[in-house]
Amino acid sequence: MVPLSYYLVLSGILFACGVTGFLIKRNIITIFMSIELMLNGVNLSFVAFAAQWHQLSGQVFVFFVMVVAAAEATVGLAIIIAVFRTRETLNVDQVNLLKL
Amino acid sequence: MLHLILFSVFGLVCVAGAINLLVQSHPINSALSLIVVMGSLAVEYLLLGAEFVAAVQVIVYAGAIMVLFVFVIMLLNAGEEERTKGSRVSLLIGIPGMIMGSVLMAWVLITHSGTHAVEAGALPGAPREIAQLLFHEFLLPFEVTSILVLIAIMGAVVLAARPEPLQPEGKN
Repeated sequence: MVPLSYYLVLSGILFACGVTGFLIKRNIITIFMSIELMLNGVNLSFVAFAAQWHQLSGQVFVFFVMVVAAAEATVGLAIIIAVFRTRETLNVDQVNLLKL
Repeated sequence: MLHLILFSVFGLVCVAGAINLLVQSHPINSALSLIVVMGSLAVEYLLLGAEFVAAVQVIVYAGAIMVLFVFVIMLLNAGEEERTKGSRVSLLIGIPGMIMGSVLMAWVLITHSGTHAVEAGALPGAPREIAQLLFHEFLLPFEVTSILVLIAIMGAVVLAARPEPLQPEGKN
């Protein structure tokens, strides 16, 4: 049997990796993937707590997180395509002006 | 015992994939290692007795969302990312501080959380129970998410559509 704290530590490691990637990466697509990694870490702790307290609502919340992640990925990738069309770059350091 | 071994193996694969995501400089390699992370997370969900969540994780996350990512990477022909030098202060103070903080947090969680072990299959995570909950108690949030997805679809179409060339004035 695995203690709940192991799951929480794993979820914390995943979240920290996501935050680190968000901060150190320069490619806008990789930054997006780091956000997905953070959401996955949170999902793991949701499911672990659901199993701990025998509450299925935790698993239902994971579905809502997944739906929001899917919507966010769709809109975000569309924004990335629009940015690439006007700037011709994916480096976030070169996308520093709101105006073209 | 088997439970713990499976947890450790797939947890290590998961962390290795997450670190590989940070180390790789080409976005396609990062995307593939993110798929590895999501697949091993699905196994962790199975260990927690959440079968339906594991299936949805593989289908939606590792399938649909990552296909979207790989598609955009291929479409935009994204190349290697340029490395920028980090500041010296972050190397000297930030990394030891981060390691100390994370070790402290893990120690507190493991020793003082006072939680008992999670048993395999302790929770009925079958689709039937999930559906009961989703379509009775959480019906309103469920409908709201469907509206959210609809808005996201329209937003994606509007944002990614090629802008129409401006019509000259008075030539209707």
